[in-house]
Amino acid sequence: MTAFETVIGFEIHTELLTRSKVWCGCSTQFGQPPNTQVCPICLGLPGSLPVLNRRALELALRACVALNCRIAPVIQFERKNYYYPDLPKNYQISQLRKNLGEAGWLEFQVGDETRRVRINNVHLEEDAGKNIHPETPGADYSLVDLNRAGTPLLEIVTEPDLRSAAEAAAFMNAMKSLLEYLEVSDCNMHEGRLRFELNISQRRAGEERLGTKVEVKNLNSMKTVLRCIDAEEDRQRDLLESGESVIQETRLWDEPSGRTRAMRSKEVAHDYRYFPDPDLVEIHVDEAWVGRVRAELPELPDARRRRFVEQYGLTDYSAGVLTARKPVAEYFESALRSHANPVGIGNWVINEVLRWLGEDPDRELADYPVAAHDLAVLVRMIDEATISGKIAKEVYKAMMAGEGAPEAIVKAHGLVQITDTSEIEPIVARVVAENPDTVAKIRAGKDKAIMALVGQVMKETRGKANPQTVNELIRSRIDEMV
Amino acid sequence: MSDFTRDEIHRLALLARLEFTDEQADAFAQQLTQILHYVETLNGLDTTGVEPTSHALALHSVMRDDEPRPSLSNAEALANAPEQEAGCFRVPPIIQEL
Ligand SMILES: [Zn+2]
Repeated sequence: MTAFETVIGFEIHTELLTRSKVWCGCSTQFGQPPNTQVCPICLGLPGSLPVLNRRALELALRACVALNCRIAPVIQFERKNYYYPDLPKNYQISQLRKNLGEAGWLEFQVGDETRRVRINNVHLEEDAGKNIHPETPGADYSLVDLNRAGTPLLEIVTEPDLRSAAEAAAFMNAMKSLLEYLEVSDCNMHEGRLRFELNISQRRAGEERLGTKVEVKNLNSMKTVLRCIDAEEDRQRDLLESGESVIQETRLWDEPSGRTRAMRSKEVAHDYRYFPDPDLVEIHVDEAWVGRVRAELPELPDARRRRFVEQYGLTDYSAGVLTARKPVAEYFESALRSHANPVGIGNWVINEVLRWLGEDPDRELADYPVAAHDLAVLVRMIDEATISGKIAKEVYKAMMAGEGAPEAIVKAHGLVQITDTSEIEPIVARVVAENPDTVAKIRAGKDKAIMALVGQVMKETRGKANPQTVNELIRSRIDEMV
Repeated sequence: MSDFTRDEIHRLALLARLEFTDEQADAFAQQLTQILHYVETLNGLDTTGVEPTSHALALHSVMRDDEPRPSLSNAEALANAPEQEAGCFRVPPIIQEL
């Protein structure tokens, strides 16, 4: 069997966070009734003329700067011609010859290694509308909602610099994280506001030349992208091993079968006949503007990590983990406003919140059941010795199950730590009396034997005693017996 | 510049979602060839050092602020639609995936 290497690149599309569309003043607000955010321009009615939204270009510029791109001093928009019901003008306004950004790169971590993916180009274009397939059985028509048509869309095209599903996963996370930090997009993948399109090919180990690549569309989550890489890797390797060749084509991911399939309309080879849009003038992107965008970049992951180390006394590792995703960093800082224990809260966020997020790559922190304030209160209750760390785990479970605020749960389940030693002393006395063998071991200097007694007392108090206090009480009880 | 063929006209027609008979295609091939040859006259000009341009306006960097403005009503938006349903344009079934 020949060893193959997988070669992967991405085309990333993300809707920019503007209030109005890219060529007209229609609102971009999400979730409105169909065809209520449309006008002659985004409906493509004859005689209407587009004018560029300055904010859309500025957000695109921000992404270009953060991706280390060379910025074109003069840009131009072009028409990409094709017919589809969700594209009312029968062309998409995009860029081809004078892209906003070119020759950039993004660095990210795979395990302990720093990897770099080159960015071929970054450009500004517009999103299409939505086709709706009616649920009525046997319906022989489709419905079109054009609210989304003309929403500013950023396209980022990478070079094929990734070599495995694991690298692709790390890259997608890093890209999503950067776009979140830049505040150019809300990066909601469920709703299609951030989309990853894959191109993937195989080459025999040691070969320089790239194999024939296949592009895959219809991948609506990171998990799907990773499944698709596995499936396509198998399909392409099988073809090559049986002496057949991979055809250069665009394929669609088919969720039910877990495979890609060829698109049916092969007879019309795509011919987009790009040409400069005569309705849009050239835009000069002067250096002063680029400089201002660069100076006003929001705090990016690296800077925030350094700040977390300095300001909160976290280890570099913890700070790195806590800042990898902007929503997580914000959750952490929001919890700190309720209780200023960075290390304690940091540990909870790393151990619990990130574990929950990690269980499913498509999970969003917004859906996490525990509010930052409640997590902070839980940590405060531990710090104030109201509950033990062990009880805190149980309270946390109840919080995850939606039982409410930690104080209420502790009260309802009677979990407050026993701080009054007179309540614990009788139990200690009994446990010591019932275990003469263990007591003898402790007296003989086997210090660790005491843990068995502590465990018994903790069990009898249902975990509500403080183990340290129990330990001390047992010792003084044994000493008294001499 | 070579001449247009009937096949090229059919291909262009398909891309534009038009349908021509062979006779029409032949006629258009002839006409488009003539137009192309006429435009070819421009190749006689020396354009060394002249930047390509996409329009005749002496304007650049025209932009607007990101201010939402009122859209059409749903009824207005759909006024010219041959068919509509549930506030949407109703179109033939989409079988070809993009
Ligand atoms: Zn509009």
